[in-house]
Amino acid sequence: MNETLTSARPDTAAPFRPRDTLAWRSPKGRLSFLMRPRTLVVCLALVAVTFVTLVVSVSVGDYEIPLPVVPGALIGQGERLDVFFVQGVRLPRALTAIGVGAALGIAGAVFQSLSRNALGSPDIIGFTSGAATGAVFAILVVGASRVVVSLGAIAGGLVTAAVVYLLAMRNGVQGYRLVLVGIGVSAMLASVRDYMMTRADLTDALGAQIWMIGSLNNRGWGEAAAVWIGVALLAPVLLALGRRMRFMELGEDTARGLGVPTRSTQVIALAVASALTGAAIAVAGPIGFVALAAPQLARRLTRTGGTTLVGSALMGATLLVVADLVALRALAPTQLPVGVVTAVIGGGYLIWLLYTEWRGGRA
Amino acid sequence: MTQDARLSGRDLTLAYDQRVISRDLAVTIPDNSFTVIVGPNACGKSTLLRALSRTLKPAEGSVLLDGQVIGSYPAKEVARRLGLLPQTSIAPDGIGVADLVARGRFPHQSFLRQWSAQDEAVVAEAMESTGVSALADRSVDELSGGQRQRVWLAMVLAQQTPLLLLDEPTTYLDIAHQMDMLDLCADLHAERGHTLVAVLHDLNHACRYATHLIVMKDGTIVAEGEPATIVTADLVEKVFGLPVRVIEDPETATPMIVPVDRRGVRRVHD
Amino acid sequence: MGLLLALGALLVCALLSITVGAKPIPVAEVWAALTAHDGGYDHNVILTLRVPRTIIGIFVGAALGLAGALMQALTRNPLAEPGILGVNSGAAAAVVIAVFLFGMGGAGLVWPAFIGAAVAAVAVYALGSRGRSAATPVRLALAGTAMAAVLQGLVHGVIVLNDFVFDRIRFWQVGSLTGRDLDVFWQVMPFLVLGIVLTLALGPSLNTIALGDDLAATLGARIPLIRTATAVAVILLCGAATAAAGPIWFVGLIIPHVARIITGPDQRWLLPYSAVLGAVLLTAADTVGRVVLPGAELEVGIITALVGAPLFIALVRTKRMAQL
Repeated sequence: MNETLTSARPDTAAPFRPRDTLAWRSPKGRLSFLMRPRTLVVCLALVAVTFVTLVVSVSVGDYEIPLPVVPGALIGQGERLDVFFVQGVRLPRALTAIGVGAALGIAGAVFQSLSRNALGSPDIIGFTSGAATGAVFAILVVGASRVVVSLGAIAGGLVTAAVVYLLAMRNGVQGYRLVLVGIGVSAMLASVRDYMMTRADLTDALGAQIWMIGSLNNRGWGEAAAVWIGVALLAPVLLALGRRMRFMELGEDTARGLGVPTRSTQVIALAVASALTGAAIAVAGPIGFVALAAPQLARRLTRTGGTTLVGSALMGATLLVVADLVALRALAPTQLPVGVVTAVIGGGYLIWLLYTEWRGGRA
Repeated sequence: MTQDARLSGRDLTLAYDQRVISRDLAVTIPDNSFTVIVGPNACGKSTLLRALSRTLKPAEGSVLLDGQVIGSYPAKEVARRLGLLPQTSIAPDGIGVADLVARGRFPHQSFLRQWSAQDEAVVAEAMESTGVSALADRSVDELSGGQRQRVWLAMVLAQQTPLLLLDEPTTYLDIAHQMDMLDLCADLHAERGHTLVAVLHDLNHACRYATHLIVMKDGTIVAEGEPATIVTADLVEKVFGLPVRVIEDPETATPMIVPVDRRGVRRVHD
Repeated sequence: MGLLLALGALLVCALLSITVGAKPIPVAEVWAALTAHDGGYDHNVILTLRVPRTIIGIFVGAALGLAGALMQALTRNPLAEPGILGVNSGAAAAVVIAVFLFGMGGAGLVWPAFIGAAVAAVAVYALGSRGRSAATPVRLALAGTAMAAVLQGLVHGVIVLNDFVFDRIRFWQVGSLTGRDLDVFWQVMPFLVLGIVLTLALGPSLNTIALGDDLAATLGARIPLIRTATAVAVILLCGAATAAAGPIWFVGLIIPHVARIITGPDQRWLLPYSAVLGAVLLTAADTVGRVVLPGAELEVGIITALVGAPLFIALVRTKRMAQL
């Protein structure tokens, strides 16, 4: 049947495929893959930038380690102090940044795709707000260690998300109601947080504030491992769902008509994206703007008419590792919390993008 | 016939949340027919179509596709047999025409088969037969309403399903584009052997194009059959509450509905 | 009818706000203070502290309610609140700068806050309306979020480096009416009144905008003009409110939803209801905050969320929320 269809077309018709893509097929046609060269180039460029930044952040600091020495120090060769700084301090920190950034980027892309809203984020179900309140409670009231603070954040986030989901349930959960309940609960938690912050000792409050801005200061191998394990386990699930999510952007009825199991895709993707966000927050605090900006930046750079999960993850990683380098060096020896830098760089870049894009007259 | 038809529903109770639209509905779509569902606003015709396309799960009863309950198939399996053009679809910002049509291949693709030679041929064919090939590289945002509707239809055609369900495919189109769209549907039915189910608003269109007409009112089926045998002035008045005359369409000899001129009557009362 | 009821509720709240406090003063005494001032301690408390504070509460609440309703109409997004225009972050950034560079505090922060809010909002609106057409909802939201992120980043950068600024800002950020006297009121009053008048005049035009740009244009609405006027009203209202009481964002977000449950989508009714209900929520919350903890005061920003949010959630659960 296929032969007749093809031959029925006028001979002039060019070989045909979706715009800006390359197709690759195995000789017998059993396997076929589709990709967009532009997306590939952007992704490779992001990987390259991330890698270069990683090397630079291992090398520079108040204690300078020359680039030629770095590879040796990585495998434990060279002066003890070099090895200590590279292996024990700078590498884990940079790897944590990459992992956290990738987790936030991909989770943000999922939330934006599913909510069809450029402002969609894990905050919708109150997760971030709950985590922040849990952590602030752990810091200010319990006076806890870093690990306990992380656990407090995760517990706060999970409890809040569950409460929001339960409160929104009434003959099923409607998206609109979920969002509004999420806002209500987040507002209550914010005021509880405000109360704790204004009644606390100044130094403690500042510690809590820095946690809430999001920081990678003094993060070691434990944190790096935690976030990378999270990404390794959870990101593949989302990537596997990525195709379905792109189809769900056509509207629920259309997607179901095409055979996309919309309900299960939605529930699984939301749960996994929330878990990834949780891992990132537990390690580095609620670093703002990466989850929001990374998908937007990625899709503008790749010029895809939809969300790109891999691009968003890579963009998140790049954004955070660059931001952390700036946070370390901008006011050295004072270390800024990285959240300050992501907000300023990410926000500034988005403003610039919007500015130039709109000047060109494109929406 | 119920046994043989590929798509049918039995004992259907259709509801949104608690609001029941239809109760104990039985419906059969004759194979190789161009079935048109008509009825006044809010009579449940779109709801029935949604149930037949499994976008709405019946509260009771079941929809059968090829002898099995439709919900028991894997989603992609249904999508290879039955295509749906819903009333509202969303085109992602900046998506290209060919790209959108290509998305209709989803049920035939997998991670290891993302874009086969067959995909390519079928998408080209779908665009050719809906007359949108020339638009392939344009953005969907830039198209007119009529062009856009044809692109969506091309996407559903690319799905290559023997059954096609269309929810008001002529809405928002001008008269010429409406006829284009219906001619296209008739071609698909007559030449390609698709079974079509469409919800239409215009009774005359329905009578002209349908081989099988289903007339609904208040969630129940009032009449069904060939338009020429079932459409009478009484039926239309009973269903729509509008006095009409039924004459013969001078072009196709199918029933044609002309509303009775009521202005004279009013003037008498003034 | 409903509006009269709401006004009655506002009157009760206002009276309670004047009589209730760390030192309860009977209603008769209040009346005497207002009509026949005897210069005594109680009368002074009423005239110089409680009455100004109550009036400011009423105006700030009304302004926030109105600004929220305007933002939701302007962006056609039920989640929009004035903060999207960068009002709160602009005010916060200006306050931080004022404290950091000039060591300002208390009522002196009113002007920096207002200027910061206005400048940020104008910048966001200008950025959002570049290009061939006027500000569309999505552009505004994106521009506002980006701007807010940058400003918030600056605020955070300064406060982690400077304990003194952090100490000031952590109290300012909560939102409070404590110690606001008539001076503050007169400073922000002109902007509030102007904003309220402009808003009420905009009602019918906003109804047309709600139908979508194309339909609104065919109905004869001058969309760019309406959008700009709406943005100006939001800046006046919200800038003044934030200047007077700090960022109390929750009022602007929930009040329009509550009002919409009562009135439906007609802006001509929605706007007055939003104003009155906003005033009720703020004065009630301020009064509760004065008595709920013995010997201490809870900031009005904390109470609005603690009291308003459960109410809001209950409403969301029981009523079918009117979509925008």
